[in-house]
Amino acid sequence: MRIKAQVAMVMHLDKCIGCHTCSVTCKNTWTNRPGAEYMWFNNVETRPGPGYPKQWEDTKRFKGGWFLKNGKLSLRAGGPMSKLTKIFYNPNMATMEDYYEPWTYDYDHLIHSPKKKHLPVAQPKSMITGQYMDKPEWGPNWDDDLAGGSESVLMDPTVQKLQEHISMEYEKTFMMYLPRICEHCLNPSCVASCPSGALYKRDEDGIVLVDHDSCRGWRFCMNGCPYHKVYYNWNTHKAEKCNFCYPRTEAGLPTICSETCVGRIRYIGVVLYDADKVKDAASVEDPQDLYEAQLGVFCDPFDPEVIEEARKAGINEEWIKSAQDSPVYKMAMKWKIALPLHPEYRTLPMVWYVPPLSPIMNHITNSEELQTDGYIPAVDQMRIPVEYLASILSAGDTDVIRQVLLKQTAMRVHMRAKNVGGVDDVAESQLIEEADTTVEELEDMANLLGVAKYNERFVIPTGRREMDDDLQYQQGACSIEELAPPEGVAPPIQQR
Amino acid sequence: MKKYENKLLQNLRHIKRGNKIDGGWAEETPRPRDSEQYYRKRWAYDKVVRSTHGVNCTGSCSWAVYVKDGIITSETQQTDYPSTGADFPEYEPRGCPRGASFSWYTYSPIRVKFPYIRGDLYELWKAEREQGYDPVKAWENIAADPEKRAKYVRARGKGGFVRAHWREVCEIIASSTIYTIKTYGPDRVVGFSPIPAMSMISYAAGSRFLSLIGGTILSFYDWYADLPPASPQVWGEQTDVPESADWYNSKYFIIWGTNLPQTRTPDAHFMVEARYNGTKVVGVSPDYAEYEKFADVWLPARAGTDGALALAMTHVILKEFYVDQQIPYFIDYAKTYTDLPYLVMLNENDDDVRSDRFLRASDVNDQHELGEWKTVVWDETIQQLEIPNGSQGFRWDGGNQWNLDLQKEDGTMINPLLSFIHQADEHMQVNFPYFATKQGNIVQRGIPVKHVQDKDGNRKKVTTVYDLMMAHMGVSRGIPGDDAAHYDDPDHPYTPAWQESLTGVNQTQAAQVAREFADNAARTKGKSMIAMGGGTNHWFHSDHIYRSILNLVLLTGSQGVNGGGWAHYVGQEKVRPIEGWQQVAFAGDWATPPRHQNGTSFFYFATDQHRYEVKPEEEEETEWGSKYARMHPADVNAMSARLGWLPSYPQFTQNSIDLVNEARERGAKDNQAIVDDVVEQIKDNKVNWSIEDPDNPQNFPRVLFNWRSNLLGDSGKGHEYFAKHLIGGEDQVMSDPEQSWQPDSVNTDGEPPEGKVDLLVSIDFRMTSSGLFSDIVLPAATWYEKYDISSTDLHPYVHPFNAAINPPWEAKSDWDTFREISKVFSELAEDHLPAQDELMTRPLNHDTKAEIAQPYGKIKDWREGETEAVPGKTMPSMQVVHRDYPKVYEKMTTIGPNIKNGYGGKGVTIDGEPAYKDLLERLGKSKREGVGKGQPDMHEDKQAIEAILTMSGATNGKRAVASWKSLEAKTGQNLSDIAAGREEEAWTMDDLTAQPRHSISTASWSGLEKDNRRYSPFTANTEYLIPWRTLTGRQSFYLDHEMMLDYGEGLPLYRPPLTHGPYVKGEKEAEENGKSITVRYLTPHQKWGIHTMFTDTTPMAQLFRGWQTVWMNEEDGASIDIKDNDWIEVYNRNGAIAARVVLTYRIPRGSAYMYHAQDRTMGVPGTAINKQRGGTHNSVTRVTVKPTHMIGGYSQLSYGFNYTGPTGQQRDTMAIIRALKEVDWLED
Repeated sequence: MRIKAQVAMVMHLDKCIGCHTCSVTCKNTWTNRPGAEYMWFNNVETRPGPGYPKQWEDTKRFKGGWFLKNGKLSLRAGGPMSKLTKIFYNPNMATMEDYYEPWTYDYDHLIHSPKKKHLPVAQPKSMITGQYMDKPEWGPNWDDDLAGGSESVLMDPTVQKLQEHISMEYEKTFMMYLPRICEHCLNPSCVASCPSGALYKRDEDGIVLVDHDSCRGWRFCMNGCPYHKVYYNWNTHKAEKCNFCYPRTEAGLPTICSETCVGRIRYIGVVLYDADKVKDAASVEDPQDLYEAQLGVFCDPFDPEVIEEARKAGINEEWIKSAQDSPVYKMAMKWKIALPLHPEYRTLPMVWYVPPLSPIMNHITNSEELQTDGYIPAVDQMRIPVEYLASILSAGDTDVIRQVLLKQTAMRVHMRAKNVGGVDDVAESQLIEEADTTVEELEDMANLLGVAKYNERFVIPTGRREMDDDLQYQQGACSIEELAPPEGVAPPIQQR
Repeated sequence: MKKYENKLLQNLRHIKRGNKIDGGWAEETPRPRDSEQYYRKRWAYDKVVRSTHGVNCTGSCSWAVYVKDGIITSETQQTDYPSTGADFPEYEPRGCPRGASFSWYTYSPIRVKFPYIRGDLYELWKAEREQGYDPVKAWENIAADPEKRAKYVRARGKGGFVRAHWREVCEIIASSTIYTIKTYGPDRVVGFSPIPAMSMISYAAGSRFLSLIGGTILSFYDWYADLPPASPQVWGEQTDVPESADWYNSKYFIIWGTNLPQTRTPDAHFMVEARYNGTKVVGVSPDYAEYEKFADVWLPARAGTDGALALAMTHVILKEFYVDQQIPYFIDYAKTYTDLPYLVMLNENDDDVRSDRFLRASDVNDQHELGEWKTVVWDETIQQLEIPNGSQGFRWDGGNQWNLDLQKEDGTMINPLLSFIHQADEHMQVNFPYFATKQGNIVQRGIPVKHVQDKDGNRKKVTTVYDLMMAHMGVSRGIPGDDAAHYDDPDHPYTPAWQESLTGVNQTQAAQVAREFADNAARTKGKSMIAMGGGTNHWFHSDHIYRSILNLVLLTGSQGVNGGGWAHYVGQEKVRPIEGWQQVAFAGDWATPPRHQNGTSFFYFATDQHRYEVKPEEEEETEWGSKYARMHPADVNAMSARLGWLPSYPQFTQNSIDLVNEARERGAKDNQAIVDDVVEQIKDNKVNWSIEDPDNPQNFPRVLFNWRSNLLGDSGKGHEYFAKHLIGGEDQVMSDPEQSWQPDSVNTDGEPPEGKVDLLVSIDFRMTSSGLFSDIVLPAATWYEKYDISSTDLHPYVHPFNAAINPPWEAKSDWDTFREISKVFSELAEDHLPAQDELMTRPLNHDTKAEIAQPYGKIKDWREGETEAVPGKTMPSMQVVHRDYPKVYEKMTTIGPNIKNGYGGKGVTIDGEPAYKDLLERLGKSKREGVGKGQPDMHEDKQAIEAILTMSGATNGKRAVASWKSLEAKTGQNLSDIAAGREEEAWTMDDLTAQPRHSISTASWSGLEKDNRRYSPFTANTEYLIPWRTLTGRQSFYLDHEMMLDYGEGLPLYRPPLTHGPYVKGEKEAEENGKSITVRYLTPHQKWGIHTMFTDTTPMAQLFRGWQTVWMNEEDGASIDIKDNDWIEVYNRNGAIAARVVLTYRIPRGSAYMYHAQDRTMGVPGTAINKQRGGTHNSVTRVTVKPTHMIGGYSQLSYGFNYTGPTGQQRDTMAIIRALKEVDWLED
């Protein structure tokens, strides 16, 4: 057993209002500069839809993540030899067309236009070439709210797989939002893809980062990541990616995207896992077993043995306590309502998603069916096809999805029974039984998902900087080391 | 210790291997992590400043602005709102992607950094000044010379700005203002700025200046069509809604035409989270809108048909919860808080029996003071007529019985009878109008009638509003002749099956939702709520859509209950510290009354849209008939102005200063004599109403200030008419006045004029369409560069703007800008405009005794000799006002002594002396010489903030208590404990900067907030028996004004959307150019901007598709051979738009959405039709004004600024879409 701590996130998709505030605050903080225009460390996708970059889930084309080759976990994009052959041209890499050509407008013209015949206008122009363009042709969220209709939706690789379940007509419309950041995987294929070894997963909190001093701009991480969450800065020629806002989490603050999430859908917490189990978990044969296998990697933070091992591994009391209070642990591991995104990529992603509820289909008019208990519609009438959710969140296992939706419905029915009444007792207890839950659990869920106070959504211990180099020196010199070389005059600063 | 290595070693360090783990699968990181410093440094900052966004948005979110190296870098939301309590979701983190993009503007190329002036105007000005003319004369030489004037007016909107000095532009603005006042009158100086709550000081800066000079201040809420006329009609209240946290208290929540996630982004989570607490959510929308994601059931009602659905739901509730069973909670509520038990007379005209006005105390005896304003019920217990307290007469009779208490002096209770069904003296067949189809029929229904004796001993036939409602809704109660309507009867209104034929909503689902809604209310005592907004409100007949929906919350006892009632969310706003703000904003402290003009009427005439009216086709006539529906709206508006219903500025063709001087010359000795003289002149047609001759150059608005607003790029409905007639710029108007409907009493001789305004001034920090058309653009400070305060309906807090940096370049805050203008104005006035008296008209205002000027709601026109012309009674009130122009600057910058006399609003008065004393302490005394010396000093914006906080109940506990005391005197109810416990609270700007503060309950608002309770409107009414400010004092189902009854709109009914256009008969249509499609054109609020604000930032443009775009159904698109993202043009008689199309199946066939306000400044080429720059979303719209909104002088239908008046609807529009085959950027 080798216990490690991971700072992880849950996004509650049922709560997501698709507002994209997360994307904007993230961009303002991290990628608002030349070379980074197209970088959206955080983006939000309307589903069904092709996502960003376009059709990133098409693993056949981009060859991201892992697959089992003769029972052995291998990079889909190939090993070092194969990389060497593609080092100057990687046919599996997404191009600007899959992202987009960032554009701005000739705003200055509005103020400084000389007198002309017509009202001045700011024409669009490319941020890459500086040339005027007639119109943008694609963007990071081009298909928002089903814009583009069946043309966009048919580009969705999941839709292509599930055509019989998805009908693109007005009365049967459904949509949901999928916000995405880097998954900070337990088994990150970007790290394994880098010929320079420039990507790394931090030991203390599991955040996956690019070492900018080491990055040589080979870009194998871009398609090596099946989630397409590593970007290449054309200005600095370095890779950049979501850094889980470590300068904030180290201070005990949530990531920018979480702090500013208006739907209050994001939860951050610590989970403990056994680093010696990762490979086996990622190597199970059947993709539909990956979810359970991944769950098997995590440790019960209340188990005395786990606590002892964690201490041995240098994990301090506050981190252990945080793991015990972790909303991520509750939602993903205990209640099992949060699921990993595309577990079949075998990277063991660490951003978890609660699948969304949705309205009943309009053709349901039978008053019996309408009169479900407490007015809350039943799972099997909802308009988002369970198959669609399963294809994204459970490698196609619809039972897993149905169970989560049942649990959420049971929570609503129970809370209605409690707060309003008018719910048939027998029906309620049947539902609770079918959802394999208890009243106590449902009320805990209602509190964490609904009341959702800041300090319960975000349980983040401050970073363990005490393991760093000389903190006393840095207290005065941090950020100005160049002006304050550590040598000093005398006496020499105490060393550890 | 930090180690230093040579580069080569550093570069090879990553080769070092770490400790292998997981069977050699992974390794622990061995590397140095120096590069982590890059992002750490990026995150570091120097300070965080609390500010917000002064945008026309109800969010009012508190933000943290980050400053690093002296530069504003970014912003995130504050999360420190006072708690809503345990077990309740908090307000954090309020915000949205739009607000999060704001810092982009600070250093962007769209920023207006210096004062700019139209080059042609500047040349003319320079030339005059160089010839030695003083500024006012220089302006006169330009404005009065048609050739010179045309030179710059015709250049509007065509580029060619030059930089100018602040002093110079202030001189031009001040000179034009002075010249206009002297030549035409102060009411030709006009200002438009919306939504004070979003930045109260910045609004007040301009409105205070205009108030002091007698300029015209335009309303916005009605003009935006966000005002729900149903609110004043039903409640006598402009709008009062629950804060968003109260949604969490709701147990059944219908979202009806308001896109909460998209447009109430910071609030939506309360609705989402309520679901986890057991709340059912139902969505009604004509597309699969974002909020449907959260609904349990989606009712896809066709656009504009919502009223039909609501009426069918009303039918179900009446049938199942009033007839089939009686819910005691509902019955008690109906009797106490609604007008359902009030008696209505019947008007028999041969076979045509119609409901008439309410029975009044004055009908049955002469014992009651103001008996014509006291309404009557039948007491079920003692079987006789009773006059319950609380009706309008009790408010103004000088007594203290204006309350909802049903207890009589002898201690017994009045028990109002709801229905005469069991004790009818006879049954009668009553006619109700039916407009659902063209050539609609009359619906005849049986009602129970009671016979009562009037004071002359005559028999009067009366019934109750309740009985009328039942009959009208077609609910069978076994009365002979009644149309027994079954739910699945599609032919008889207002059944579930009937609505399905109009709305497309499945009847079973409609009935089910109605049943659940009422059942939920019965179980929870009213915790059923309906959120409604632009989708249901922006229609010509929005009042009926709304009244129909409000039926549901009133009949289920859900209004005035936490977690229940209506929740109107479109453009509504709340200046929580209202009492003090009004004083600062409209200079009440100096007793110089402002000219409050209803915006819609102003723009309707100023932009000549009244000359392009569409006459209702004769085949649309119904059997009901209506005198006023057949009148041209401009004629009704002119009548309305003449009868004192609506304000009308400019007032008269003659200068209001000259009127006084001439009256004096004719011998008028005192003010009353002057007024009498003017009335005689009016009667003799020697003084003329401007509204009857709006195209006379004497009546043009001459100087127009536009600040905190993008009037032309955003809110100018009928944009092309603005461009053509008001501005004189490039336009694409294609309609033909010759083919349009023309008014009788309004002069339309000659060609409609173009370019009415002499000087258009915009104050903004970015260049918008409004700036492009302006003559002068002044650089405003952004919201991160000034001090101000903000509040909203949606949360209960008041919080500040703070300057993160001082205004860069030559930017100034609005407060400083108007202060500087007023300074130059006062200096120039010394020579050009000494103190003057002027005659000012004002309409019969709501919440003043003038609201009982015109009894029984009968229309009597003095011009027709139907009554005497009496100011303040049968026509506008008139007064002589002293305006001391050279002292405007001193008054602008100090608080005047009038405060000591007490102040307030809505009939509530706050003691002035203690407030004045507090002001002197907190603001300090002015030491500047002049009239303001020794007065509280208000030179700086921060002082203006303190003045507002000090004088308002929401922010000062003593003022709050004083306001409730004032209401105690009228109601005789004990109200002092409503604000008790918070009397010592007195927030300052510094307090608000430390943390937003929860406002204190004040009598200016109707919700209770004590004990950290969520704000819900009318809880003070239901719990403290305070009447609504309506005729009966109760919530009104029935409106008995003569014009309402004439229209057939006494009760809520179904009126289908209009289908105007795309052309009127006889008009020249655009040339054929391939396939096209005619669609209903809708403009709901967009996702990537708040109006045009934020839309022009690169983050917002890239998060969608850039601008402008129009959404439509993909099959409709295919039918005209266009593909997603193709260029299209959208046009009709009003104008033309060039845009790109977004195709989808989320929107049904037959309608197109051009999401509101993308502005035409970005990415808009020329149209093929006119070869002109494509227009804005408002280029194909024209306002349609509804005459019943012009009613006044009658209880809750009396005028109030932003409270009543015709709304500027634009949703009843049809437009044509076709491919734009060639893209021409028109850059020549």
